[in-house]
Amino acid sequence: MDNFTFGMTMLICGMGGTLLTLWVMSLIMGLLGKLFPEKPEKKEA
Amino acid sequence: MADAIVNGLGGLTVGFQVLVADWRNTVMILVGFVFLYLGIKKDCEPLLLVPIGFGCILANIPLSDVMSEEGFIRTIYNAGIATELFPLLIFVGIGAMTDFGPLLARPSIFLLGAAGQFGIFLTLLLALAMGFPQLDAVAIGIIGACDGPTAIYVTSKYAPHLLGAVSVAAYSYMSLVPIIQPPIMRFMTTKKERETVMKPLAKPVSKTTKLLFPLVITILGGVIAPKGLPLLGTIMLGNLMRESGVVTRLTKASENEIANVVTLFLGLCIGATMVGSAFIKAQTLIILGLAFVAICLDTVCGVLMGKLMRVATGGKVNPLIGAAGISAFPMAARVVQKEGAKWNKKSYLLMHAMGANAGGQVGSVIAAAVMLSVLAGMGIIR
Repeated sequence: MDNFTFGMTMLICGMGGTLLTLWVMSLIMGLLGKLFPEKPEKKEA
Repeated sequence: MADAIVNGLGGLTVGFQVLVADWRNTVMILVGFVFLYLGIKKDCEPLLLVPIGFGCILANIPLSDVMSEEGFIRTIYNAGIATELFPLLIFVGIGAMTDFGPLLARPSIFLLGAAGQFGIFLTLLLALAMGFPQLDAVAIGIIGACDGPTAIYVTSKYAPHLLGAVSVAAYSYMSLVPIIQPPIMRFMTTKKERETVMKPLAKPVSKTTKLLFPLVITILGGVIAPKGLPLLGTIMLGNLMRESGVVTRLTKASENEIANVVTLFLGLCIGATMVGSAFIKAQTLIILGLAFVAICLDTVCGVLMGKLMRVATGGKVNPLIGAAGISAFPMAARVVQKEGAKWNKKSYLLMHAMGANAGGQVGSVIAAAVMLSVLAGMGIIR
């Protein structure tokens, strides 16, 4: 594989893959944050 | 008998003769002294620079056999670096030390961690344009992850002959983040942007979310980029142990004893790869130059993503926090806080920057994992 094809593939798949993976992770973690919100501690009677 | 004495004395002077004959060893011994000086006197990454400096001196003493097949540093190298074990053990410690809470409080900050890795791929292109072979260019690009263990992991696997130069570049530029980043941050932003006050992260994160984080990241990241699973799995194992709170002894061992022992061995091995004949080349200087460019590009792309987030949020984000989207933790976050406070005394960006910095840690590992999986997909590595 020539260097140009290699470089452009790494740029597109690498940068795109990293951005996409982290974006999906942010969505999932945002969703989990909403599903499992921090509950205030109950005060003992 | 006189001959025997002369020959015997010759054995004691041969080291000096080699030292005089090959100036490169002398230069590298001096480089070792510079590392020791920076570590001991200037307190600059001493945990790494002291063993690296001493390893460098040991390996450059003429006729030194520390890196020969049966040499003691070669034995450590074969056990921990050739097998990629040391960077992974360091990662368990990093995971155990890192609080991802600020990142989980605002998960969109993950995107800053992604932008902070763009320098890797842009530098890879530059290295290719300068004529480096493809896998060497990958190893040089990965310096842009600003993440020593990741750089060592990738380089030792695919370009071991560059390990000394790549490791030195990765760690030295990480320690120079407070000098490299501020001018770029100022150049890339307007005064109004730098003065932006961000609201404090009021949203607390539940323990369940913190526990699920390492599991979700491991599984999702592992499925997308299985070649990087060792990197991702070890950092997340450390974090799971930390957040679970039930294996305090293991957590403490990971962040103290294991990390300390491995750091010593790792530093010694890196130093010992810096043998004059292999290290003093124009190529090393080019790698150091490209590493500098990589970190600058990381900062530029991070700040640009910060500006994009500012637009998307209607001006609520200070783009300076984008500069913390690299893996140099927590140094980059402190730089952002200091720079923000310089322009607006009421600005307290530390927790936001810590979130971006934690995102940068995950981002650097994901970028390396994605890179390795793309390489495997192209059939360049197995």
